[in-house]
Amino acid sequence: MIKVKINGQEQSWDGDPDLPLLWFLRDEAGLTGTKYGCGQALCGACTVIVDKEAVRACITSINDVAGREVTTIEGLHPNGDHPVQKAWRQVNVPQCGFCQAGQIMQAAALLMDNPKPSHDQIREAMSGNICRCGCYQRIENAVHLASTGV
Amino acid sequence: MNFIDNPRKLRGFEKNIRVEKVSRRSILKGLGVTGGFVLAAPVMSRQALAYETGAGKMPHGVVVDPRVFVSVAPDGIVTIVGHRSEMGTGVRTSLPLIVAEEMEADWSRVKVQQAHGDEVKFGNQDTDGSRSTRHYLIPMRQIGASARTMLEQAAAKRWGVPATEVKAVNHEVVHSASGRKLGFGELAADAAKESVPSIESLKLKDPKDFRYLGKGQVGIVDLHDITTGKARYGADVRLPGMKYAVIARPPVTGGKLVKFEPDAALKVPGVEKVMQVRGWPWPSKFQPLGGVAVIARNTGAAIKGRDALKLVWDDGPNGKYESAAYRKELEEASRKPGLVLRQEGDADTALKGADKVIVGEYYIPHLAHVSMEPPVAVADVKGDKAEIWAPVQSPGGTREDVAKTLGIPEANVTVNVTLLGGGFGRKSKCDFALEAALLSKELGAPVKVQWTREDDIHNGFLHTVSVERIEAGLDKSGKVIAWRHRSVAPSIASTFAAGTVHQAPFEIGMGLVDMPFEIANISCENPEAAAHTRIGWFRSVSNIPRAFAVQSMVGEIAQATGRDQKDMLLQLIGSPRIVKPAVKDLWNYGEPFDSYPIDTARLRKVVELVAEKGEWGRKVPKGHGLGIAVHRSFVSYIATIVEVAVDEKGKLTVPRVDTAIDCGTYVNPERIASQIEGAAIMGLSIAKYGEITFKDGKVQQKNFDDFQVVRMDDSPVVTNVYIVPPGPDTPPSGVGEPGVPPFAPALINAIFAATGKRIRSLPIGKQLEA
Repeated sequence: MIKVKINGQEQSWDGDPDLPLLWFLRDEAGLTGTKYGCGQALCGACTVIVDKEAVRACITSINDVAGREVTTIEGLHPNGDHPVQKAWRQVNVPQCGFCQAGQIMQAAALLMDNPKPSHDQIREAMSGNICRCGCYQRIENAVHLASTGV
Repeated sequence: MNFIDNPRKLRGFEKNIRVEKVSRRSILKGLGVTGGFVLAAPVMSRQALAYETGAGKMPHGVVVDPRVFVSVAPDGIVTIVGHRSEMGTGVRTSLPLIVAEEMEADWSRVKVQQAHGDEVKFGNQDTDGSRSTRHYLIPMRQIGASARTMLEQAAAKRWGVPATEVKAVNHEVVHSASGRKLGFGELAADAAKESVPSIESLKLKDPKDFRYLGKGQVGIVDLHDITTGKARYGADVRLPGMKYAVIARPPVTGGKLVKFEPDAALKVPGVEKVMQVRGWPWPSKFQPLGGVAVIARNTGAAIKGRDALKLVWDDGPNGKYESAAYRKELEEASRKPGLVLRQEGDADTALKGADKVIVGEYYIPHLAHVSMEPPVAVADVKGDKAEIWAPVQSPGGTREDVAKTLGIPEANVTVNVTLLGGGFGRKSKCDFALEAALLSKELGAPVKVQWTREDDIHNGFLHTVSVERIEAGLDKSGKVIAWRHRSVAPSIASTFAAGTVHQAPFEIGMGLVDMPFEIANISCENPEAAAHTRIGWFRSVSNIPRAFAVQSMVGEIAQATGRDQKDMLLQLIGSPRIVKPAVKDLWNYGEPFDSYPIDTARLRKVVELVAEKGEWGRKVPKGHGLGIAVHRSFVSYIATIVEVAVDEKGKLTVPRVDTAIDCGTYVNPERIASQIEGAAIMGLSIAKYGEITFKDGKVQQKNFDDFQVVRMDDSPVVTNVYIVPPGPDTPPSGVGEPGVPPFAPALINAIFAATGKRIRSLPIGKQLEA
């Protein structure tokens, strides 16, 4: 039996230990905010925070996070008012919105690590997250805004 | 995305289109739609809105009925139905916002409800072809005005005063003479009893009184849900007892399953069943390809199970499709005369007598949509009833196709439209919903069919592949006196009808026969090309190759004659005029030419505006260059300037993009800007990386590592958007797609300015590396 804390709640799994965390979250735990985009850690749509680090849930097995703390978009802030989420709304970032949970989790992890990232640091840190609608300019602006106070 | 009339009209290959139109209308009458106005005729109104659109010619036309689209609750909450699909354009906000504007509803007390697929009730729902605002601005205003009038009439009756003395203002009706007021909620029950006013009697608001339209201060309705993970896409639908499925499909279009061994898959923990899925022979529109489905308790197990399947395929007639050889075929075809589509003057003779002939042969490969949400659908089929939850651009078409595929009446099919995690035309095809319906029927349980990214790239409906060859003849003074454009590409129509070798009217109407330059001798030709895979609409469709070729050629002529690109462009566009349709039945994006002519004054205007705002001719650092391109598509006019920087290793970056768009009367300039910013990035993805290739009939790319798209670190640093203020009566035109076509040629022209290298084949890939 694998035990993992997700958004502060203890969850357990006694199925295939190799099951990607992504599918455990989405299909077993019902936390569908974390998205599938590629399954190969190429697009970042499934980004979650494990302890304090952004990871791709599609290539992280449930066994890999045993005993650790996983934060998904649903658990980032109780009212959805994390500075990154507020900045996203202020800048009107999303188009279709499908990649945005992953983008927001990546940005939140970046700001934990580097509270005042530069233009180049933002562009580099966010480059693992694809947005096919092409919201990058606004994503960058929103990360700046979140880092300077919303 | 997009279309003629639309994908479903391509059933014209099975039946006569004209007959079908008639029958659709009679079906409507037969069902006796009451209580509203079903407009079979193009939308018209008297108040300075005297323009027609092609809306009435879409399947099921337009429904203008406040009782269908608006409800007011006693607590004052106004619910407005959004009947188009939201894939990122903002349409789920924009259309209800138009209703709210006209009915004087306070947006903070409005809820948007997504319509299910029902075109008899809601009118056409095909969200494609950049059509929503242009077809629905007036109908939505009329719906809002009807609702407002009914509320006003109810208040006037309550107070016993003439209706002319009362006025709806910000969610209440006011009688200013007596100072009395009643909120919309208090009037809801009475207003519902009022008869729906005739369209002719409606008085629309004076645009100077608009609070929301044209202002751009309203965020999209799903903004909070998107940022908190609550927004529900097709992939997020969960039903009690639902099974999870992935399908192994034939790797070659037209291929078939020979045999399969399920044993290893069945041993994977979580896998419950392996079953064959019915496939249709190619081509068969949007019908499933067939294959083998693995059913499991979660998607991860289903994928692992599928990996363990042993499968043998018969590759069928397209097993030899190979991109390099096919390119040669297209190139050779482009060098010989083809079906002549447009002829003015005598291009052959003029080219022979020209002082100089410039030839450009341009290649644009297949592209995959790769919307961030791969195709996915949930179906629950019980007996002769089916319910679908899916991210579809065509809910009405999905309903028709599910009914047909299952052999049940359309009335028994419910299509719930979720948010779409991107569409770009891929989700105009409902094959994934049909797969889910077939599986659910056989399983007797609800099922979700999830496409993996590899499935999306391997088994999609790709953007065509084309060679566009242009020959421009110049006289001694450098004036262009002859223009011959041959376009060779497999047609989307090949996905509907076997043996198609020529492009359809809607394809040749995208920048080929409607080319607006003022040149005396013009010939547009379409040599034959047969398809070997499924071809479909991809955001802006044939405008991608056309704008790339035509606008690159403008750069080449400027280059050959030592002129400024922008001056060359304006010279070719010529005098401000209406360009008469040069072909019979010009497609014109399905719009009447009188409302949406080819207006070179507007084309010139966007060039001049972007040149001014984008500081055309500014001094740029060494290794940088500026390029410009303009294109009319989806009846909008759009011009782009790209600044490129190419370093000594040939690595290119884009420091700045400037785009001017004239899309007529607009609703939400903030969302227009976001569409154009995104189009620049999609344009850069196409130009820099976009290429799907085939070998042995199979797509060679598989995921975002070998089918790359632009990421943040190589996206344009800044994209500026300028919107041309509309004239008082300018009809609205497309926004979702038109931003894409001019980007690649503007970039290519900029690369020439920066490096002296002329790129004629996309993607750029490693061509700039020394």
